[in-house]
Amino acid sequence: MGVGIEVRGLNAWYGKNQSLNSIDMTVAANHVTAVIGPSGCGKSTYVRCLNRMHETIPEARAEGSVKVGEMDVYGSGSDPVEVRRRIGMVFQKPNPFPSMSIYDNVAAGLKLNGFRNRKQMNELVERSLKLAALWDEVKDSLHKKSGASLSGGQQQRLCIARALAVEPEVLLMDEPASALDPISTSKIEELIFQLKQHYTVVIVTHNMQQAARVAEFTAFFLMGSLIEYDKTEKIFTTPADKRTEDYITGRFG
Amino acid sequence: MSDSVDPMNSTEPLGKLQKPATAIPSMAQVSKERKTAASTVLQKIRTSHPRASRVPDAVFAVIILLSAISVFAIVVLVAWELIDKSRLSLHQFGIGFFYGHDWDPVAGSFGAMPFIYGTLVSSFLALLMAVPLSIGVAVYVTEMCPQRLRAIISFLVELLAAIPSVIYGLWGIFVLAPLLREYVEPFLARTLGWTGLFTGPMYGLGMLAAGIIMAIMVVPVIASITREVMTAVPQNQREAVLALGATRWEMIRMGVLRNARIGIVGGIILGLGRALGETMAVTMVIGNRPEIAKSLFAPGYTMASVIANEFTEATGDLYLSALVEIGLALFIVTLIVNALARLLVWSITGGTARVRA
Repeated sequence: MGVGIEVRGLNAWYGKNQSLNSIDMTVAANHVTAVIGPSGCGKSTYVRCLNRMHETIPEARAEGSVKVGEMDVYGSGSDPVEVRRRIGMVFQKPNPFPSMSIYDNVAAGLKLNGFRNRKQMNELVERSLKLAALWDEVKDSLHKKSGASLSGGQQQRLCIARALAVEPEVLLMDEPASALDPISTSKIEELIFQLKQHYTVVIVTHNMQQAARVAEFTAFFLMGSLIEYDKTEKIFTTPADKRTEDYITGRFG
Repeated sequence: MSDSVDPMNSTEPLGKLQKPATAIPSMAQVSKERKTAASTVLQKIRTSHPRASRVPDAVFAVIILLSAISVFAIVVLVAWELIDKSRLSLHQFGIGFFYGHDWDPVAGSFGAMPFIYGTLVSSFLALLMAVPLSIGVAVYVTEMCPQRLRAIISFLVELLAAIPSVIYGLWGIFVLAPLLREYVEPFLARTLGWTGLFTGPMYGLGMLAAGIIMAIMVVPVIASITREVMTAVPQNQREAVLALGATRWEMIRMGVLRNARIGIVGGIILGLGRALGETMAVTMVIGNRPEIAKSLFAPGYTMASVIANEFTEATGDLYLSALVEIGLALFIVTLIVNALARLLVWSITGGTARVRA
């Protein structure tokens, strides 16, 4: 089951450049929340702060309070490894492990976490691939084909399956469909719609129609600040802020 | 952060944004003018640079082909020359030369086995020490070390490669050998003597010293290639592993080393090539005695060393011919080792699903 996210006073820097200015945001459990905004507005940085991937970039750091369910992500006793295990992430460019079979790609996270039971692992791999709507396409070549031999859209679904296999509570998606063709995009969108039954999904997207299609809530970022955050219909029909309106009507960005 | 715009998904204004109607005719006109201007430019380019002449292209193709062929030609010529010049010895000893144990120029009896053994064992020893060290250096430099230190370490490693091998030899004789004799070999004899690999008189000079010297010489080759291939692993592979909840070591193992392993094997092959052919430093520290001893303390001899040592003093055609045949043996051993290494790479790349991390 998904859990909610509470962000309070989140700041992030790249070296001396501040890229997020005290973000406060509450993400509802088992819903899809979209993060939109022009290039460089900090939306990717924002989701990367939620699972502490931001700090893996040299000279990058973040401060503030992020609570995912009971877990205090930036608490003093918090372990980034544990945080990332519980908060899955899918990246913009599909990044399956090219030297591993499809099966091993999905099982990679399980093995990292010391999972050894073969039978249970088979079940989890199958479940994850089914959740990611990839099972039917790959079930006959699980061990034969490498993760890199799939098409771009399949690779991205494989990456989603890989993230789901470790049973995260939250799934972060950083422009998961922006490198894909429209058919693959619609498959991923359908999938996101299904996933919210089990997970809390935060999706960064460039594509406002995509946000309108998949998300119940939408946050609009501009220059490192959260400008407006509300129900998706509200954002796209009667935005409260002039800047939001300008962006969604295509006046800039 | 990267925000590539996908034309297929590009956002259409959801509101009622319209371009002012008055702008439309002038815009169209401008674009029409641009179009005609562009087409005349294109016309000019096409007519002023007729692509009729294919001569440079053909010349280029021939030059490239010749350079490719020259590689074959050199290999074949070297092999043929080696066979031709060792005809006498080939005729005298036949295939038995390669597994003969005797090397007695006075009695006119020659066998290559002690040299083949010496070359293979010293090179293997060198790799045994150099590979973990090199990979360690590369991992530290690419994944863990602070930016400033990175350049210094890389520079020092590459400096190792620039030291002439005779200097390594001198260092081996005056520094390494006494060190081995006084401290390392007694210690090894005490702790690992039961294996039979570390027994007998401790001269300092010998197979172990040769292995160590060559390991130091091979490290820069393997380390710099490993560093290159590790740097070439895309950042998104590292992120993929980290995002699954991996520690730094797991990330390096799964996201970096695994993806770079073919390149690393390539680096090891190059290092091995250097070790097999290394002459000067090894000649200075291996002890130069053509015998096969189990103990690594014992002196040995390598193919390259015996050719370098005895070529000038080889009296008699048979002796000379036997030395050339040693060269032939070195050529063949190098070929076989490289072929085996290539097979290893194929076996890794081929059965992707079978190989586990």
